[in-house]
Amino acid sequence: MVERRHWFTDLLPHIVLCLGVLVVAFPVWLAFVGSTWDAGTIANGKMPLYPGPYLFENYSRTILQGRSGTGEPVGMMMLNSLTMALAIAFGKIAISIFSAFAIVYFRFPFRMAAFWLIFITLMLPVEVRIYPTYKVVADLHLLDTYAGLAIPLIASATATLLFRQFFMTVPPELVEASKIDGAGPMKFFKDTVLPLSVTTMAALFVIQFIYGWNQYLWPLLITTRPDMQTIVLGIKKMIVTQDALTEWQLAMATAVLAMLPPVLVVLVMQKLFVRGLVETEK
Amino acid sequence: MAEVTLSGVRKVYAGNVEAVKGVSLDIPHGSLCVLVGPSGCGKSTLLRMVAGLETISGGEIAIGGRVVNQVEPADRDIAMVFQNYALYPHMSVYDNIAYGLRNRGTPKDEIDKRVREASKILAIEPFLERKPRALSGGQRQRVAMGRAIVRKPQVFLFDEPLSNLDAKLRVQMRVEIKKLQRALGVTSIYVTHDQVEAMTLSDILVVMNGGRMEQIGTATDVYRRPATTFVATFIGSPPMNMLPGRVTGPGRVSVGGLDLAVDDIRAGVATGTDIEVGLRPEDLEATPAAAGTAGAMAVDFVEELGATQLFHGTLGGATMVIQAQTGRIPVDTKALALTIAASQVHVFDKGTGQRLGRE
Repeated sequence: MVERRHWFTDLLPHIVLCLGVLVVAFPVWLAFVGSTWDAGTIANGKMPLYPGPYLFENYSRTILQGRSGTGEPVGMMMLNSLTMALAIAFGKIAISIFSAFAIVYFRFPFRMAAFWLIFITLMLPVEVRIYPTYKVVADLHLLDTYAGLAIPLIASATATLLFRQFFMTVPPELVEASKIDGAGPMKFFKDTVLPLSVTTMAALFVIQFIYGWNQYLWPLLITTRPDMQTIVLGIKKMIVTQDALTEWQLAMATAVLAMLPPVLVVLVMQKLFVRGLVETEK
Repeated sequence: MAEVTLSGVRKVYAGNVEAVKGVSLDIPHGSLCVLVGPSGCGKSTLLRMVAGLETISGGEIAIGGRVVNQVEPADRDIAMVFQNYALYPHMSVYDNIAYGLRNRGTPKDEIDKRVREASKILAIEPFLERKPRALSGGQRQRVAMGRAIVRKPQVFLFDEPLSNLDAKLRVQMRVEIKKLQRALGVTSIYVTHDQVEAMTLSDILVVMNGGRMEQIGTATDVYRRPATTFVATFIGSPPMNMLPGRVTGPGRVSVGGLDLAVDDIRAGVATGTDIEVGLRPEDLEATPAAAGTAGAMAVDFVEELGATQLFHGTLGGATMVIQAQTGRIPVDTKALALTIAASQVHVFDKGTGQRLGRE
């Protein structure tokens, strides 16, 4: 691309970008700073914009004990969230890749009907089907279990579609070559489809892990026991206290802790993530 | 011994589309049979039926005397080379070649021995650890061949294996395929739309059109005595000139003012019958003539091919082409008087397009 360079055309995008970064990053910075001071400093409304000396104390208290009184340790909530998010991400990937494999590579009666049924569930997120789903989970005695947290969220039209689109770009001759090489359908899946899908799976893992981690409404509904709480619920619980002062430093620490795993996942899997979504030539 | 026998093989697709309309063919052990024809003539479908990648709607296919209609592709003892090579992109060249053997539970040291052997024959030893994407088209082609020969199958199937290569490489690989097939002595079926490939490679040449076989024979047979007007115009480059003519007497025909002797004409063809006359551009002898001479071709333009020149023109209203050695005829010639040996004149039925040769 030919570009005429001028100090102004160089500067303007940077100004816009800096403003954008500021808008996004400032609240996060504020949350982090808030998590490093004591309750008094925050409460008097004169919290500095630089980190204070209570970082270690606040975080260890948050992770190991939670808020004063009846609070639950956030470390446990993180483990709950992690279990749920991993179960959802892996479950979604597993079930979607199998559904897409069946839809693309097999000719069975009502194949297209099955495909469209999966497709229209895009219009039925948890929020829409929450009562029937709750009823089913309750009847199966899955309230307050990891299975109850994860399984209803595992079915995924998005992931199935993404895998389907990817499988359709795989040359049909590969199937035929596999047939002649003596590989049955499942061997073809294991030896060819899975290795070719690694980047797609990685991209989906990132998306679905964050989706699972950020769940709020569903865990709120089906968990009643304190030891099954997830961290996203925990943030809320840190704040609402009618009889005591909100320990803002702990609430902020919880918020920062809730942000960390998704950030880590994105950072670690960034390359694969982009390749999985963008790469067309395999 | 692995002869391939097709008897009355048909393929009907959903919607009653008949892609292959009853093909019977015997391919003796060790010979290379080329199926050639325009796109959509059913040649690839036929090959895929032999491979087991398409179901057989009617008739029987036998490999080495065993009917394989209901046999899985993996159990037919065949190997196939695809047009786009169909190499597994995530496997190294070595694994690509070894994959079929591994699936059959061949012992590891035996696999290694055979992969090394095959890669030596094909000169791909230096690339064994590479992934297919790091190879050039010609190298990928060799890997695809390696995957086929390592299995030591009874039959090789080639589905337009050279069409993704550039012209120079295509000629080179063509020769190599022929050599390899000779050396291994494996019965082979080769599908192509390229008539030069078909002529040069084939022991048996099958010309197909519209789901039917137009002619079977050696390349020379098919070229010398095309059975139909379709074969006549499909095989040979530039294609045979087809001109309307009439029988003027026993062994004589007239074409656009030319009176020609014909050797190969059926006795029963009555004088006065309208026929199609086929004259190959390379068989016609041309000498410059005065413009307007009766029975001379009016020259429109000349195409240079290097060693030869093509003179395009019309004779009695029909377009025709003459091939002559460069420099033999001045390029500014306006008319050419034509002669042709009686043995080189082909006559065909006007309605059916069948050759009206001697029985």
